[in-house]
Amino acid sequence: MAVRVEEIQVPRGRPRLADRVRGWLDREGILGPVFVTPALLLLLLLVAYPFLMALYFSLSNAFIGRPSQFIGIQNFVKLWESDAFRQTFQNAFVFTGIAVLFKVVLGIALALLLNQQLWFKRLIRGVVLLPWVIPTALSTLGWWWMFNSLYSVVNWTGIALGIMDPPGPNWLGQKHYAMAAVIAVNIWRGLPFFAITILAALVAIPRELYEAAEADGAGANARFWHITLPLLKPVLAVVVLFSTIFTFSDFNIVYVLTRGGPVNSTHLFATLSRVVGIDTGRIGEGAAISLYLFPILVFVVWAQLRFVRKQAY
Amino acid sequence: MAVARRPLLRKTLLHVGLVPFLLFALFPFYHMTLTSLKQDRELYDRHAVPLIIRQGPTLEHYTKLLWETEFLTWTKNSLLVTALATGASLLIGTMAAYALARLKFFGVASFGTGIFVTYLVPTTLLFLPLAQVVNWLGLGDSKWALVLTYPTFLVPFCTWLLMGYFRTVPKEVEECAMVDGATRIQALWRIVLPIAVPGLVCAALFAFTLSWNEFIYALTFTSSSEQITASVGVTSELIRGDIYFWGELMAGAILGSVPIVVLYVFFLDYYVSGLTAGAIK
Repeated sequence: MAVRVEEIQVPRGRPRLADRVRGWLDREGILGPVFVTPALLLLLLLVAYPFLMALYFSLSNAFIGRPSQFIGIQNFVKLWESDAFRQTFQNAFVFTGIAVLFKVVLGIALALLLNQQLWFKRLIRGVVLLPWVIPTALSTLGWWWMFNSLYSVVNWTGIALGIMDPPGPNWLGQKHYAMAAVIAVNIWRGLPFFAITILAALVAIPRELYEAAEADGAGANARFWHITLPLLKPVLAVVVLFSTIFTFSDFNIVYVLTRGGPVNSTHLFATLSRVVGIDTGRIGEGAAISLYLFPILVFVVWAQLRFVRKQAY
Repeated sequence: MAVARRPLLRKTLLHVGLVPFLLFALFPFYHMTLTSLKQDRELYDRHAVPLIIRQGPTLEHYTKLLWETEFLTWTKNSLLVTALATGASLLIGTMAAYALARLKFFGVASFGTGIFVTYLVPTTLLFLPLAQVVNWLGLGDSKWALVLTYPTFLVPFCTWLLMGYFRTVPKEVEECAMVDGATRIQALWRIVLPIAVPGLVCAALFAFTLSWNEFIYALTFTSSSEQITASVGVTSELIRGDIYFWGELMAGAILGSVPIVVLYVFFLDYYVSGLTAGAIK
């Protein structure tokens, strides 16, 4: 039990101001709000307020350097009539779906390998995590060079190994190849997060479970499907939800690699919203596009709160 | 079952299985380094083998980058923005995390949920209205706009991470100190924070990495060469009309990653634990 200072000290006359402040700060009901105020102000002024602005912009004809008028849902209607937006909408689901699926499967495989007795364990972990810590915009420049139409090292290697016919695909210039390239870089960048997180969950599975199963004659396959996978489920759910929102809202990779091209075939909400909102100045329409990320955010938050974090906040 | 009975063979096979993953992770960095060290003559020879350097390495691209571009200015900007945003976020985040983990007061639960929700808000959702806010504040095309806005994603992250660490500090330790006459703030400062140092290091590292790597805010809020950060400078100012810029571009991408790599090498274990704490706790 915390004994409050004012219960011990019997104040005689008026205490000095400093002492009184100190006394207040010892009360949870006062110290708590004092401690959260800076964070609260920051989140209200620079997150909640801009969010309301985004809502208003999306319902207005806001244009850079011009007063805006309320126009209702016209922006959203206009977007649905534009091919660029419908293409983007489709891209976002293809990009996120394929990338997250690969990251889960490869992440589990890599985590299972990392969970074994290995030589140079620390070094290997360091290498695996590297793509995740390097600035994405900069490492994607490396991939841009690797997919260059004239000097692609990917094509050179493919041709040398006899997998590709010369000159090989023009990765960033053809629709489906461009999408494949963007997805590949996203997998490359996101895989470490999956592998390391899943590895942490694997380490936490009690060894006795496997020993008992083995004693009962369960093979490696049975042990994976009946012990490992069910016990990984909660962590997999968190990781997939996390990754879904951040893959959906990705910007850096597409911006550096393709700028949404060729012909909008790799645009995501964030990149299209930047083109419309900043490059052409139609802030209202740009805000409407980026708000399409909001339902996904709501879903992920809801799912996390509902299924994953059963305890309060 | 022959494999299971021969541990060494099994172990070797495991490593062979890891090779594709390691190649996938490392190859881009290898190729970038190689490109940055090659002479243009070899770099743009379509008959040369791209996987090795045959005609001798050169530092020409690096010297050009350092002395003929604004790269050093961009790096200085990145350091300034990152250091200030990290410091401020750590302070604000520590206070909020302690309050959430330890204190009972009106609205604590909804504030906790609020932090969690903003932790998940992607930066790409709010960059357009934030650009307007930045302009109103007179910070258009200024690196100070980044110092101001980066805490919007760093504070929720630091708070969330530190809350987990503070909860692992036994309440009794703190209460003992308070029974002995320390105020709550003294107990926090002398008892709880020293125990939570690993958490603070972890939060600082991640905040530093996140703000060093931030791209869309920097790209949107700043544009002139004196204000932009390393990521933006390298991606927007080193790409020229002709095609022979690759050596310098790769040199820029490598040097722009150096601060993170240095931290990473020294604090690998903190990265691993912070990464998993962020998702699992």
